[in-house]
Amino acid sequence: MEMKATREAYGKALIEIGKNEKVVVLDADLSGSTKSADFKKVYPERFFNMGIAESSMVGTAAGMALSGLKPYASSFAVFVTGRAFEPIRQSICYQNLDVVLCGSHSGISVGEDGGSHQSVADIALMRSLPNMKVVVPCDYNEAFLAVKASLEIEGPLYIRTSRAKSPILTSIDDKFELGKAKILKEGSDTAIVACGMMSYIALEAAKLLEKEGISVAVVNSPSIKPLDEETIFTLSKNVSKIFTLEEHSVIGGLGGAVSEFLSENNPVAIHKIGLEDVFGESGTKDDLFCKYGFTKESVAERIKKKLG
Amino acid sequence: MSDIESLEQIAKEVRRDILVMLNKSGSGHSGGSLSVTDILVALYFGKIMNYDPHNPEDEERDRLVLSKGHACPALYAVLSKAGYFERDLLWSLRKLGSPLQGHPDSKKLPGIDAATGSLGNGISQAVGMALAAKVLKKKYKVFCIVGDGEMDEGLVYEALNVAGHYKLSNLIVIVDNNGLQIDGKCSDVMNIYPLKDKFDAFNFKTFEIGGHNYKSLLDTLTTAKRNVLKPSAIIARTVKGMGVSFMANKVEYHGVAPSDDELKRALEELK
Repeated sequence: MEMKATREAYGKALIEIGKNEKVVVLDADLSGSTKSADFKKVYPERFFNMGIAESSMVGTAAGMALSGLKPYASSFAVFVTGRAFEPIRQSICYQNLDVVLCGSHSGISVGEDGGSHQSVADIALMRSLPNMKVVVPCDYNEAFLAVKASLEIEGPLYIRTSRAKSPILTSIDDKFELGKAKILKEGSDTAIVACGMMSYIALEAAKLLEKEGISVAVVNSPSIKPLDEETIFTLSKNVSKIFTLEEHSVIGGLGGAVSEFLSENNPVAIHKIGLEDVFGESGTKDDLFCKYGFTKESVAERIKKKLG
Repeated sequence: MSDIESLEQIAKEVRRDILVMLNKSGSGHSGGSLSVTDILVALYFGKIMNYDPHNPEDEERDRLVLSKGHACPALYAVLSKAGYFERDLLWSLRKLGSPLQGHPDSKKLPGIDAATGSLGNGISQAVGMALAAKVLKKKYKVFCIVGDGEMDEGLVYEALNVAGHYKLSNLIVIVDNNGLQIDGKCSDVMNIYPLKDKFDAFNFKTFEIGGHNYKSLLDTLTTAKRNVLKPSAIIARTVKGMGVSFMANKVEYHGVAPSDDELKRALEELK
């Protein structure tokens, strides 16, 4: 299977949408890592390095949006959402500005840098702000299409990308639609709703379970806010338990969004698989995935246990 | 009446409106609204800013970002006088459904170029507007008023750094240097001085003037507008509560509206 990182798609898509002269790109001294440097190579006059100052980057982006530009501002997920939370709230969300924030190196798959650089709460932070929309693409193609589509999306948008390469499971000919989830695999016994590179793990775990006679539906839900309520609701009608899977805390992320929606509309049991209210640590991505339960085997095991 | 006398007359009327607004709302920031009044009157009525109240979204307009958003009663009174909206709207300040929010909201009121309130965020947005003008090849200026207490916030210095780095000569930062913040004197709460040295170090062209002296205000703002090499900073020494004797230099009036009796006495002084 072809492997590529979603952050690579951010850089490539920026070049494409850069044809629009309103597009400006800002970074906080991590442009080589977030891949916004790809844009800089093609459109240096519309790229602005803000230095290691995420709050300033976000505030500046707000002022640019107020002046008719379409800013894209990126840094590591943990910094752009955490350090800049206040200007995101006051300057971007409060004024409902057309600013796209991209948080790369999300989750624990950033690896060796350790817990200080791993974002376990960025989805929760961004999802809680009025007007903010949150997208977590599952692979390179989906990330590319999401960034391209973001040009037309009004209001603030947070796109979460990853450092690590992950398998490509969607097609570049697909269409990205905000608020839409996709069924990757049908199943009748239970279902997994996943996002980011966990959608691939969900598929693989479902295959393992299939061998043991458990039929698992897998839904890729890149749009966490707005959530594809219709698809989730239909899914919940067909199974008695739903699992969510994300490289994020079990508090406030995709699992939180699905729980909040279903608890009011069709309260089936929901089991959230993610980081159990803990920080990550240094290690290779694979070692970390083993330790924190993000391998296909450990996901399959947990599902089997819960199904009883 | 000379130009300066007529500005002083406008300022008197603005101060009266501020006090009535605050009294009617029963809450709000008196001291800082009165200290910033002359700066705003100079900008809007001293032929400094290019604006059209009938076309508040005009892309070519000069921008005003009141980074010390809590002083918005002064801005509201000035905007209404400049023709952005009816004066009667002033009396709805801070009331449910009013476009005159407790801190300025660009989505609710014409003439508000940026929503502010949480300190330090306005100047960062102003920097973005100034940088955008360079991308869009527009000639507008961005005026940003920050409070001296606000200069405790780290984001202010990040914004100054960007302005100096990108040589945003279209940015004019004005410090309403009234010397007081909620918990006391700026020099006691968190010493921000020396201000001029700080701005100079951030590659600003810095001016120090009396913030209630219209000749100084107009001359310096005009000079700053002509600056083509660097951003400008104007440190305007002001008096918190200016114009009302019992409010002047009193930190107690930072976030307190005048009572009916105080309003009566204040309006008497501002006749």
